[in-house]
Amino acid sequence: MIRLEDVHKSFGDLEVLKGVNLHVKEGEKVVIIGPSGSGKSTLIRCMNYLEEPTSGKVYIHNHLMSRSRRAFINKIHSSMVFQQFNLYPHMTVLDNLTLAPVKLKKIPRKEAEQTAMGYLKRVGLEEKAHVYPTTLSGGQQQRIAIARALTMQNRIIFFDEPTSALDPEMVQEVLDVMIELSHEKNFTMVVVTHEMGFAREVADRVVFVDGGNILEEGTPEHFFTNPQNERTKAFLSKIIR
Amino acid sequence: MFEQEKWEIVWNHRQSFIDGTISTVIMALAGLAIALVLGIIFGLMSTSQSKPPRIISRIYVEFIQNTPLMLQALFLFYSVAFSGVKGFTALICGIVALGIYHGAYISEVVRAGITSVPKGQSEAAYSQGFSQIQTMFLIVLPQTIKVILPPMVNQVVNLIKNTSCMFLAGGAVDLISRTNAFAVGEGTASAAGQGYIIGGVIFFVICFPLSTLASRWENRLKNRDVSSNKKEGAK
Repeated sequence: MIRLEDVHKSFGDLEVLKGVNLHVKEGEKVVIIGPSGSGKSTLIRCMNYLEEPTSGKVYIHNHLMSRSRRAFINKIHSSMVFQQFNLYPHMTVLDNLTLAPVKLKKIPRKEAEQTAMGYLKRVGLEEKAHVYPTTLSGGQQQRIAIARALTMQNRIIFFDEPTSALDPEMVQEVLDVMIELSHEKNFTMVVVTHEMGFAREVADRVVFVDGGNILEEGTPEHFFTNPQNERTKAFLSKIIR
Repeated sequence: MFEQEKWEIVWNHRQSFIDGTISTVIMALAGLAIALVLGIIFGLMSTSQSKPPRIISRIYVEFIQNTPLMLQALFLFYSVAFSGVKGFTALICGIVALGIYHGAYISEVVRAGITSVPKGQSEAAYSQGFSQIQTMFLIVLPQTIKVILPPMVNQVVNLIKNTSCMFLAGGAVDLISRTNAFAVGEGTASAAGQGYIIGGVIFFVICFPLSTLASRWENRLKNRDVSSNKKEGAK
């Protein structure tokens, strides 16, 4: 489904990813964890080419990613939820949800709106369809961003630290939506997060990234109870108290 | 200054002022159209991810902003119009000169507008599968309008006033040229002061409402930003 082969990424002199290999299977829920500055966000952003790797290959559904194919591949295969929500502030919630389906997938507006309302209901915000995003709380905005990702009806969803910008009392409402999504067998989810409880509950596989490399990966049971790598142990001891 | 007969001279030559006003407005509108097209094209180029368009745009903007409009207009009129290009009248020369000159400034306004939109906006669009051009026109540019409009109106006001530079480049048709012709003309020169006053009043009547609109707009945006900051501070 998603395959990264020897992906390197440098920003100027700083090498952020140092040859990452990763294969995410269809329907798999992969949680990427690691200290800040480890390269985990860059890693997930390479998957939909928001960052273009300096070298190495990214395949989505056996399509080789490139700068010129990014729009096409993202349109039919993946969606992303961002730390800062990135809803379009000049449009109502409903327009945020229908813009891409109408413009890119040529779905009739009526139909797109019905689908969008369905997803808004699913994240519990159908009464907010006609307001502007900036009037909503962070937690509500992020739930709407998830609904927007779903309206494209793609099978892959990337989550880049979806709860890191939220006030603590709003984290759970977003995690609840994500947990509910994870029950769908055919969704492939890649999640960068610091929420270890979420990783434990949802992940099929936890990937630990530090210093631009994948240092350890495994099932949550293995990962949280019996980590092998020293850096993994140090990291987990710091964040799990 | 208040002698009735002098004002009567102005009144008798009113047609000249009306004609001048009309050509100044035509020059300004057509010049604005060119300036907007150039401004948007070069503004987009200046935010491009690849270097050559950025450099070209930079050269255009710096070159135009750091030489006087008067020189550009004189160059256009005496080199191009006099080299036998047919139909390149003083009016058209003025339109082209003003368009190129203000295009450089509008390009900077557009660039500032585009860079004011957070990067996350275009990233969200790319992640949905929008191309760079779609992202620019559907997501980024619509969000720049509120930032761009006030300085854009100021550019329009400057453009209208800058039609006065055409007095030396061709001249004879715009409001300043007509006003001056009146002021130094045989039989009208005695009312020179009155003529200039009328010319000034006409410019004022066109420009003042525009600049008032622009500053009101700016204040409203500022107030809105302050109140939304307050809200965030309270949170």
